[in-house]
This record gives sequence, structure tokens and C-alpha cells, in this order.
Amino acid sequence: MSHSLDSSAKLNIAYWMRLTRTLDDAIMAMWKQGRGVGGTFSGKGHEAISVGAGFAMGTDDVVAPMHRDLGCYLVRGLSPDRILANQLGKAEGVTGGRDANLHGLGDLSLNILGFVSHLPQSMPVALGAAMAFQYREEPRVALTFAGDGSSNAGLFHETLNLAAVQNAPLIVVVENNQYAYSTPIHEQMAIDDIVVRAAAHGVAGEIVDGNDVVAVYDAVLEAATRARRGEGPSLIEAKTMRMLGHAIHDGAEYVPRSLLSEWKERDPVTRWEERLVEEGLLTPETLARLQEECRDEVEAAIEYAERAPLPDAAGITTGVYAP
Amino acid sequence: MTDVRELTYLDAIAEALLVEMGRDPDVLVMGNDVGGSFGGAFKVTKRVSDEFGPHRVKNMPMTELAFVGAANGMALMGLRPVIEVQFADFISTAFDSIVQYAATTHYRWGGSVPWVIRAPSDGGIRSGPFHSQNPEAWFVHTPGLKVVAPATPADAKGLLLAAIRDNNPVVYFEAKPLYRSLRGPVPEGDEATPIGVARIAREGSDITIITYGSTVHDSLRAAHEVGNEGISVEVIDLRSLKPMDTDTVLESVAKTGRALVVHAANRMAGVGAEIAAIIAEKAFADLDAPVRRLGGLDIPIPFSPPLEDAYRVSPGDIAAQLRELVSW
Repeated sequence: MSHSLDSSAKLNIAYWMRLTRTLDDAIMAMWKQGRGVGGTFSGKGHEAISVGAGFAMGTDDVVAPMHRDLGCYLVRGLSPDRILANQLGKAEGVTGGRDANLHGLGDLSLNILGFVSHLPQSMPVALGAAMAFQYREEPRVALTFAGDGSSNAGLFHETLNLAAVQNAPLIVVVENNQYAYSTPIHEQMAIDDIVVRAAAHGVAGEIVDGNDVVAVYDAVLEAATRARRGEGPSLIEAKTMRMLGHAIHDGAEYVPRSLLSEWKERDPVTRWEERLVEEGLLTPETLARLQEECRDEVEAAIEYAERAPLPDAAGITTGVYAP
Repeated sequence: MTDVRELTYLDAIAEALLVEMGRDPDVLVMGNDVGGSFGGAFKVTKRVSDEFGPHRVKNMPMTELAFVGAANGMALMGLRPVIEVQFADFISTAFDSIVQYAATTHYRWGGSVPWVIRAPSDGGIRSGPFHSQNPEAWFVHTPGLKVVAPATPADAKGLLLAAIRDNNPVVYFEAKPLYRSLRGPVPEGDEATPIGVARIAREGSDITIITYGSTVHDSLRAAHEVGNEGISVEVIDLRSLKPMDTDTVLESVAKTGRALVVHAANRMAGVGAEIAAIIAEKAFADLDAPVRRLGGLDIPIPFSPPLEDAYRVSPGDIAAQLRELVSW
């Protein structure tokens, strides 16, 4: 059980998870209808991780999410309007049409650092933010994410090692969703648990159920508390399942359907909603209203983003350099 | 008035670090072996390590990709890390953190990444294929980076000050054969050499050499040699490769009608190819002879003295090209 989630926080989490799912579903639908631009990614099944981890951070903390972490961007205050406008390549998207889908969703005013495709490139960047907090003796932490796939990269190990040596206030959440694009985890690594890679580098490690938002929240909050006390970095392996393909084009036929139906039973969003109904914090009626609010918010964002102007190519060469 | 005294190229770099770290608490140094009482493989950071200690001069494990990536994060938080990659040859291990993350961030989402990578480059000191390289072309080819290559102690100091103050990632190629072999006047104080402004190292009227780094000095030697034969050579020290001061190059070529591009890096797709193309595109009507390029051979850099000497451009090679081009 959570140490610190009060009723209003629990309801907030329910809202963010439902909003994340609703926006994710809407994006998938738009792209299938041909209303999208380029490719896009779904984080379906990852909502407990992206929302739970993001929700455990303070506003002064820095997050460096990736392409499965729609919920983290939302929790941190990036509006569905700006996210959708970015996905559609619009001038008012976060990157003004310069980067695609969730890539490049960086906003320093919200303490969000944008990512590049070369995962886990956000890991050392978040580590650097954590080292900056140490340098200035600020009680802030940095949170980032990696996947089972990028946990095989040399940079993953380099960063954990450097974080441990520096005793940096860094939290790495590894979203083990069983597949790196089409490659199942047993073809990627000869270990059962990615968390052992933390121990190899002297980083605190923990496994959590990645479909249980409270488990993720508690683990990240505890890691943050330790980090703020000067007790160094943590790695949290959140075990989950990628419920759709790698990206919109990918039907993921290589994933056994039985595996998906097994994980569908543990859907993180409905699981949390059902729990709050059981606890009496939601009734079927208030839950229906919450879901409707999320639908309305997403519909308004779609309307805004589809109407928003495209960027003017006349400005294409500006901003390569900071003034 | 600023006092001018002579420093080695190495001491000029160290002085820039001392000045800027004293001026700005956000500036810190990081890299392999830079800290402690050791102070760097070439001792460039010895004095800053002694003066500022481990909080501001940070030894890194052998993880260039991660620590340049960490510098990206530090810079996004407003710090100004000055990273030493022990040899420019090793910069390839940090490639993604430089060309994918640092170089694209401001264009994509407005994050400013004000770091400097100091890359001890160049050869001629019998250091073999992996301690002698001049990989500047990779970075000149990358939008979002700035690239500088000082040739004199004054510019070694002034360009490092400018690079640290710049709000963008700057790759600073320092020519290690010049570290202790070259002394020159270096102003006291904290005045920067602006990035993107070339220097006329020698005025002349018959032919223009466009060069940077250690080959500025080889070019000046060659210019002196053919000067005795009545050939007047103008030598442009580019100082900054990206952005590049093409106006100064084109003005000079308009005056002389002849151009020779010289660099220590190998020729194929080197920075000289771009300079030659710019001259061909923009100054064709001014030219009395073809634009020529001199650079290293297109081979891995060999170790043994006769092999390395054959690989490298020499003042004799430059003088021979100058004679040929003026009699075209």
C-alpha cells in the first residue's frame, strides 16, 4: 500500500491515467483514419508507469521521458493541445513541426527534457541534470526512462556506472515491456530480470509490477526520497507489456495473442478505476463522468490541433543555434 | 591597456580556463584524468585542478558517450561544462551525445546546450593512428555545432573564452604539436576572440592560402620561403570552421586570383573541399588558376617517422604548390 496517497491524489491519478489512455486511443484512431502525419507510437499498457512515475516527482524535479510515456508529459503539464499539435506537425506544437510525434517534447519551463531516437540517450542527459543539482546543492532529482531494448546498449551501463560513481540523484525507470520492436526479451538478454544490471554497477534496484500505478508511484517516490537524502541513484524495473505494435505501422503479429490477452486482464487503467470504485472513492456514475471529461478534453484538443496552422517554411533555418 | 606577454599555446588554454572559472561559477571541467594532482594527460587542466579542486574539475570514468551526454544535461540546466576528450581521436566514442542530442536540441525544442569539448588533435609527434587524428570535418558537417581551431596562443585563449561563453555546443580543436613548441603574445584579461572571424596571418598579393590549426605555421614558413623568390603570399588563418568567415576568404581571393587550401586532416571530404567549392561557386571569375588543396593522405595515420612524414603536409609541399599555382 502507498505511504502517502490521499484520496484526492488517488483521484488525480485516475484522471491522468484515463486522460492518457483516451488521448492515446484517439491518436491511434486518427492515424488509422489517415488524419495523422508520419508515424506515431502508442504507450497503451504503460500508463501506470508513465503516470505513476511522473506523479511522484516534484515540480522542481526534471523528467526525461521517451515515446511510451505520454502520461508523464501530461502529468508534468504539457497540454493535450500542444502534444497533438506536435503530432500533426503544426506550428504551435512543442517543436513547431520540427520533430515528430512524442520526439522532442522538451519544455524547460515544465522541467521536461526532450528525447532523441537513439535510446537510451535521455539517460546520461537526465544524469547530467542530476549532477547539476548536486553541483548547486539543490534538493532536486532527475527521472528518466529506458526500455528492455535500450538496457542492452553500452550507454545504459555507462550511465548507471557514472551515476553510481557520482552518487547522483537519478532515477531510471526501465519499462520492461517484453519486446524491443519485434525481438522478444529472451533473444535480447540471457537474464530474467533487468534489475540485476543495477547491482552490477552499485545502483539500488527494485522490481515493480508495471501495471500497478501505486507500486510504481511508491517505488519512484522512495527512490526520490533516498536521492534527496544524498543516497544516490536508483533503477526501478517495471514489468509490463506493450499492448500494441512498436509503432502505428506495426501490427505486432509476432506477439502471441495469448500473451496479450493475459496482460489485457491486468490493464493498468481499468485496474486502478476498479480499485477506486471498490474503495468507494469513485462510483460507477462519477467514474463515467471522469471518463467523459477526458473524452471531452481530448476532443477539444483534436479540434484545436486539426485547425491549428502548419509552420511557415520561410522560418526553416532559424533556431539552429541559440542566440 | 591590456598587458601582453608571451605564453605557450598550452598555458594560454589553461589561462582561459582559469579566467573563466574565476569569472563564472557555472563553468566546470570534466574528462578523463583531468582532476586531482594529475591534471590531464597533457597537464592542460593541472592549474585549474589545483586551484578549483574536485567539485569543479571532475574526473570521469572511461565513458565518453555517457559523460558528454551528462554534459548535455548539465548544460540544459544552465551549467557550462568544458569537457576534455583526452585525444580528439576518442571523440568518436561520444558521437551520439554530440551529433544527435547536443546538435539538434535547440532547433527541435529550444533547449540551449552551452558546452565546450576540448579535443587535443593533430600529429607529427609519432603517436600512431589513434593519437594523431584531425576529425573536425565530422563536426563541421553537423548543423547545430560550432567548431573552432586556434593556431596561436592568443587565439587559444581568446577562442576558448568565446566558446565557453557561447550558448551552443562548441568543439574546440587544439593542436597538440603546438602545446609547448609555440609561444606567442597573449593578452591579459578576459577578452574573447569572436567565433566566426578569420585572421589575416600574413598579407600578400599573388596567392591566398586558406588554413587553420598547425598548418598555419607550415604555411607561414612556406610563404616566407617563396617570398624570397618574389612570390607574395597571403595567409588566412580561419580560426573558426563553423561558422566560417567566407567573406574574408572571398575578398582575399578577389585580390590575389589564386587559392590554396591547406589542412592537416586528410583531404577526402575534408573542410578544404568545402572551402574550394565555395571559392569555385562564388569567385570563379576572380580565379587565374585552379583551386588546389593540400591535406593528409587518405590513409589511416601511420606511426613510423618516415611514414608519418610522408602522410603529413610539409612546408616544402606547400611551397611547391605555391610556385606551381603562381606560374599557372
